[in-house]
Amino acid sequence: MATFRLTVNGERREVNVDPSTPLLWVLREDLKLTGTKFGCGISACGACTVHVGGVATRSCIVPISHIGDRPIVTIEAMAVDPVGRAVQDAWVAEDVVQCGYCQSGQIMSAVALLKSTPRPTEQNIEESMGGNLCRCGTYPRIRAAIKNASAQLPKGGA
Amino acid sequence: MTRVFVGVLVSAIAVAAWFASTRFADASHTTSTAQGLAAWEQIYSVLTHPRCINCHTATNYPQQGDERRRHVANVVRGPEGKGVPGLNCAGCHQETNADSTGVPGGHNWHLAPLSMRWQDMHDQAFSSAEVCRALTDRSKNNNLDGPGILKHNEEESLVKWAWNPGRRPDGSARTLPPLTHEEFVAATRRWVDAGMPCPSGKGVVVWPLFD
Repeated sequence: MATFRLTVNGERREVNVDPSTPLLWVLREDLKLTGTKFGCGISACGACTVHVGGVATRSCIVPISHIGDRPIVTIEAMAVDPVGRAVQDAWVAEDVVQCGYCQSGQIMSAVALLKSTPRPTEQNIEESMGGNLCRCGTYPRIRAAIKNASAQLPKGGA
Repeated sequence: MTRVFVGVLVSAIAVAAWFASTRFADASHTTSTAQGLAAWEQIYSVLTHPRCINCHTATNYPQQGDERRRHVANVVRGPEGKGVPGLNCAGCHQETNADSTGVPGGHNWHLAPLSMRWQDMHDQAFSSAEVCRALTDRSKNNNLDGPGILKHNEEESLVKWAWNPGRRPDGSARTLPPLTHEEFVAATRRWVDAGMPCPSGKGVVVWPLFD
């Protein structure tokens, strides 16, 4: 066990866990931030996506000892992020969600895309979202919602 | 008298400089072409090992494993070989290997540029001659000369990662290239010393080369 000092959604948090513990389980079990989901556990589905140092990161396969001092942002903070807010609003407007299990990961990837590419092409969306799986097959609505959110964002990004 | 002395001195210096440069030129090729070609084949055996060629692909995606399957999660190359926003290499691959989860890592994890691809679109490794020609083409190799290539093979963190590739998700060790890193660097040094000779011909290498 070891103590790790983290910055999660802008707050300083301290956890005492095994250094090999994946970030996902620290978020869910120790910090009770259960919006981030466990899907496949091998980084293949994207349900566990969070932002680490601004990079969309598969939290299920990154040990907590590899995080360092990079800030962590989860789905719980998206409502107060300008791009996150626009994406969430678009998700509601387009009625994207069916079962909803993968959607926090979908939104985190979509926000990462729009933060760097406010006006994504079809190919941008295809490539950036290609690693987030949805067993309900909501892909057309996800694509529509990303375009919807893009239209709400300032041209140079939020 | 002084003029004569100065003239003799300048001439002596010129002759000495010419002699030294000739000696230096000879010293820079103490390895024969045949020895250089033999060293190149050793280098080639490493470059086409899965630990290396999986990121020197011709495709729009990296490959994984000794069987060289397509990378999971629909990862794509991206404009700089580092993936795309939302699906960057760094989203999984950290600064070091994560043996507890089986994810390899190293500084600045990325794909080699397409100009340094060592396979065709059907996952067949290019021939020894083709890889050699590409590697020695400064319009393709980031303008590296012989010493630059030697430095790359000796010091670049992702090159060195191939000899410290960590463990697979099932806990087993990833396979290593057929030479040690020290042997690889020594072979590169001999090849560079021989003037970086390349084999002639095209030839076809049938994959898989390694288990």
